[in-house]
Amino acid sequence: MEVKFRKSKGLTDTPLTYCPGCTHGIVHKLVAESLEELGLIDQAIGIASVGCSVFSYLFFNCDMQQAPHGRACAEATGIKRVLPENTVFTYQGDGDLASIGIAETIHAANRGENITVIFINNAIYGMTGGQMAPTTLIGQKTTTSQDGRDPAFQGYPIKIAEIFSQIEGVAYLERVAAYDPKHVLRAKAAIKKAFTYQKEKRGFTMIEVLSSCPVNWGMNPVDALKWVKTNMSEVYPLGVFKDKGENHE
Amino acid sequence: MPKILMKGNEAIAVAAIKGGVDAFFGYPITPQNEIPEYLSKHLLANHKVFVQAESEVAAINMVYGAAGAGARVMTSSSSPGIALKQEGISYLCGAQLPAVIVSVMRGGPGLGGIQPSQADYYQATRGGGNGDYQLIVYAPETIQETIDIMKGAFDTADFYRNPVLVLVDGLIGQMMESVDLDKPVVKRQVPKKDYATTGTKNHPGRNIINSLYLDPQELEDHTKLLYAKYDQIKQNETRYELVNMENAEYVIVAYGTMARICRSAIEILGNQGIKVGMIRPISLWPYPKAAFDKIPFGCKGILCAEMSMGQMLDDVQIANRGRFPVAFFGRTGGMVPEPEEIVAAIRHFQDRVVK
Repeated sequence: MEVKFRKSKGLTDTPLTYCPGCTHGIVHKLVAESLEELGLIDQAIGIASVGCSVFSYLFFNCDMQQAPHGRACAEATGIKRVLPENTVFTYQGDGDLASIGIAETIHAANRGENITVIFINNAIYGMTGGQMAPTTLIGQKTTTSQDGRDPAFQGYPIKIAEIFSQIEGVAYLERVAAYDPKHVLRAKAAIKKAFTYQKEKRGFTMIEVLSSCPVNWGMNPVDALKWVKTNMSEVYPLGVFKDKGENHE
Repeated sequence: MPKILMKGNEAIAVAAIKGGVDAFFGYPITPQNEIPEYLSKHLLANHKVFVQAESEVAAINMVYGAAGAGARVMTSSSSPGIALKQEGISYLCGAQLPAVIVSVMRGGPGLGGIQPSQADYYQATRGGGNGDYQLIVYAPETIQETIDIMKGAFDTADFYRNPVLVLVDGLIGQMMESVDLDKPVVKRQVPKKDYATTGTKNHPGRNIINSLYLDPQELEDHTKLLYAKYDQIKQNETRYELVNMENAEYVIVAYGTMARICRSAIEILGNQGIKVGMIRPISLWPYPKAAFDKIPFGCKGILCAEMSMGQMLDDVQIANRGRFPVAFFGRTGGMVPEPEEIVAAIRHFQDRVVK
């Protein structure tokens, strides 16, 4: 019998802890498949961050370190500098990366650390129960912006891909989304490209993935995916923000 | 090797290289800048790792990453910077990662000042990070002793899989003394780092560096393992020096720079016919409680002398167990006392007895 599909060897058999309808599981699969297809699983070191993905060290089938909140890129720097031949990646949410860890992330990018950052943007703090994130949309209701985010008091959604596109050390930067099969495939290609660039020692690579959080958004999974497509993609346009490789050689 | 004249901070850097440091991560702060400056040149020249981080917080987390990957790692800072590193220090202890941390103390609290101080005794021995944990803390008195401790610190950290804090003050960091960089130190056998995340092709199974245990029973069990290790450290790593203790009328307890000053005071007092001894803790954690059993019967009291408002004083009182009257002398804020001030404190011991 021909095998048409199987679970990636980049994932363990541990059941995922994510909520129904959450897109973390899809992105885990894409990262795992990319590592497997590039033959990198046995030399990869991943960093689990604080947030919903804190247990990703149980799910990715490679060596893992769990980092303090926001510090994943500092950990990754420490690892990569002493093990430059290994593949090093972080897996971070928007609270971790865009709020408490923006300094560590931006400076790792600016140093051109040859690491790959998988950045899950779901516009909310999921693990702690739905508080406002720096990426929360204007008007979006959260447990700490109960009348909707008001720029007069809570500022604006922070655009990580746009900010990081200005940074010299970034080799590849794309914003993708996980709301339908077409975009999931696009996300896979982007993640694989990022790991390929790392293998080729081109510098810092980051893939921002627009993701859904139906539980904390108060939506069913289908509506949540629609909201990513209509509302989030409007504020956070998809696309390649930087690709040094295009003009390489 | 003949002795050479060397500044404390540079000697710390040289000793780190001799101790086998693979990687340094740090952030500038006075009065310890000569350590990263020296290492930036000499580590990179030897194909080792040096990164000037964007903050102390980032630096200690780089230490965590590199230590988890199996390297011999170090960072250095001074008081407010060490405060910022507390998060990472707690994680290092929780995940059982070895590292050497050098703290060159300056005055506090807050931005405080940049002159020598010992006001971070609590920070070093009582933690500033969260949770049940301990650092192995050494407080050398001379630059030679600092070198010897630094050279062995990486072995000690690796042996116990726990961070070692080398605690000096700005005076030791900034002054020059003649030193022998190659004075032999005891080498110990350290276990292979089979926990390191180096990629699964390099070891059986998956290696995970982690301090998260959501099940309270698991976390208690894990913490008890740490404490079994701390008991072993208490047994094996407690270090102190006794000075002039025979028939001492008074005993001073002092460490680091303050101990140097007290040596001069003890000499002056001896010339005045007052016999004074000294307990000099070298390890601040584990604290050398057993040294207090060596205080001669008939001693009139213990003077705890610190460049702080009285932090080690707590440990002195715990170790004394109410046996002798305890007095305190302290200068703080970067004030370094003259030996005559210690002489006066002993001569007016009764006025300084801690109630």
